[in-house]
Amino acid sequence: MSDGNGTAALVLDAENITKQFGGLTAVSDVTFRVPERSIVSIIGPNGAGKTTFFNMLTGFYKPTYGRIEFAGRNVTGGRPDVIMKLGMARTFQNIRLFATMTAMENCLVGQNSRMHAGLFRSIIRTPGVRREEARVREKAHEELSYVGVARRHHDWLAVNLSYGEQRRVEIARALASDPKVLLLDEPTAGMNPQESEELTQFMRRLRDERGITIVLIEHDMKVIMGVSEHITVLDHGEKIAEGGPAEVRANPRVIEAYLGKQAAEEEH
Amino acid sequence: MTGTAPAPGRDVEPGTKRGGVNLPPWAEKAFIPVFFVALILLPFAMDSGGALLGDLTLALAYVVMALGLNIIVGFAGLLDLGYVAFFAIGAYTMGWLGSSFFSSVNNEEGIHIGVQGAAANLPGIHMNFLLVLVFAVVFTTIAGMVIGLPTLRLRGDYIAIVTLAFGEIIGRLAVNLDQVQFSELPLIGGPLGNFFGEEQVITAGRQGITPVDKIAFPGMDPFTSLELRPWFWTALGLVAVVLFVNFRLRDSRLGRAWIALREDEVAAVSMGVPAVKTKLLAYGTGAAFGGMSGAYLGSFLNTVNADQFQFYFSILVLGMVILGGLGSIWGVVVGAIALSFINNWLIPDVLNTLPADVGLDFDMTQISFGIYGFLLVIMMILRPQGLIPERRREAEMTHADEHADESVFVARA
Repeated sequence: MSDGNGTAALVLDAENITKQFGGLTAVSDVTFRVPERSIVSIIGPNGAGKTTFFNMLTGFYKPTYGRIEFAGRNVTGGRPDVIMKLGMARTFQNIRLFATMTAMENCLVGQNSRMHAGLFRSIIRTPGVRREEARVREKAHEELSYVGVARRHHDWLAVNLSYGEQRRVEIARALASDPKVLLLDEPTAGMNPQESEELTQFMRRLRDERGITIVLIEHDMKVIMGVSEHITVLDHGEKIAEGGPAEVRANPRVIEAYLGKQAAEEEH
Repeated sequence: MTGTAPAPGRDVEPGTKRGGVNLPPWAEKAFIPVFFVALILLPFAMDSGGALLGDLTLALAYVVMALGLNIIVGFAGLLDLGYVAFFAIGAYTMGWLGSSFFSSVNNEEGIHIGVQGAAANLPGIHMNFLLVLVFAVVFTTIAGMVIGLPTLRLRGDYIAIVTLAFGEIIGRLAVNLDQVQFSELPLIGGPLGNFFGEEQVITAGRQGITPVDKIAFPGMDPFTSLELRPWFWTALGLVAVVLFVNFRLRDSRLGRAWIALREDEVAAVSMGVPAVKTKLLAYGTGAAFGGMSGAYLGSFLNTVNADQFQFYFSILVLGMVILGGLGSIWGVVVGAIALSFINNWLIPDVLNTLPADVGLDFDMTQISFGIYGFLLVIMMILRPQGLIPERRREAEMTHADEHADESVFVARA
């Protein structure tokens, strides 16, 4: 990881991405560039293609057209686990923890790509494997504490944790792999304003303390305007605006997309 | 936890709702040696040629098989209905490499590797059991991966259908390849015909390859069918190996990856678990144990017969896994022993004449699958998580209950 302070090196560069499902164009010719150590957002009304776009970045969908470069490599249409290994971790809109594993074990799975133990060495349990196990367990505890899950809850099954804690564990699981880029898909969904504010603070901390780039899909305008350096607005699969928070907020096309044409006209 | 200290995860903490019979690691560790010493001594309490010891030995061989299937179905969550294929491949490996079936090889003098006694002078291929075991593991691992490949893009029930078909293919081949000669095979028929002899067929179909070499360890006399103790100890050795592998894998990177894939494939893949490799390793490892057990049973039962490799056997082994508790290692051991005894002792020896005694015109063995079906239905009603549930499955079940309660509550409100 190069510390590209000052130079606005791109960690993620998606050029002219289009995704068609049969006759439906879910994402149309979107270019999306993310500088290192930044916090950027993708917003848009429901069905705008935000999650589809995320799924292309993380390798779940192959773009119909376009090219995605991540950390200097072409990852267009690459396998999700390979892209994850390169340093792109994500959370899901509806929490997808491994429900019957403990919070701890969830974070161990998150480190899968950072481990080397294979079938035979795991059976023999070589000293190397033992050391690795100890290391990843230590790391899992650290990450869980870092996101604020109480130590006594580390060994609880994920299903038994509260909603807020499940959100935290999901972030810890993603962080356990030491990602370069963290993609958060509506992380504040279901949170009260205070929890949302805490999460906003936490995102800044992640960026400042660990140099992680954050890409955010969000609906909560307060969170978006408060934390993003750069906002991309999608509507019907197209990029209709981008820029800083103030710029985007004043853009008539954005107001139109969110509130309807009439509201946009009244505003001006 | 790699150390000897009790893992905090296994402590019963109030409020964790972590039910289920799950021994703390120290108890598991202390329990295993005691358990095995007792089992090693057990045959001395019995008649060495007796039926009971024979049934016990068979039960242990089934434990090996059930623990293998448990890796595929219990750990990785890939419903495999064709597990009998691996039993068949393992058993044929034993039949081919440890009998006089290929009587024409090497100018009817046979090929002998590491065998003593009578087998050393017989025609056919005769290899030492340990060598056969290695071949059986290699063949079944490859077969497991081959069957895994077409299922990789499938989920749930569709995996079951493909594996079911694979099991049936192997079963049909076992029955019908007694009509096919090696020399008739396309492309490779020529050299194979030269090696095995022009007339040599591939399987012995329903007649079976028999007799099969008795197990003989290097430097020791072969076992006999009158002295069952060595057979029992050998089976116990296999069980020990398989148990060891199961425990080690359960708490490893690979074991966690299996469970993660079972729980949520999308999340697992996005957390960096390579789905293809991880699933193939589950198929391969699970199949290898089926092959080990198959090779052992080929020798123990003294026949490799196509009738053994039919669909019912896949269901029998799956029944053992479900009865004991999917994914639960001790549960599966108990399930395998229980169902094996019901299958090989209770129904044929104890209950068989019961219908006749009350004036009905059939034997109990004719309706044994009706009995298993009945047992499974009863289990699903009374204890769906299995006899000794794995804590994860237990959590799944209780979680489902909570949801049910919620919906009842909503419905009333």
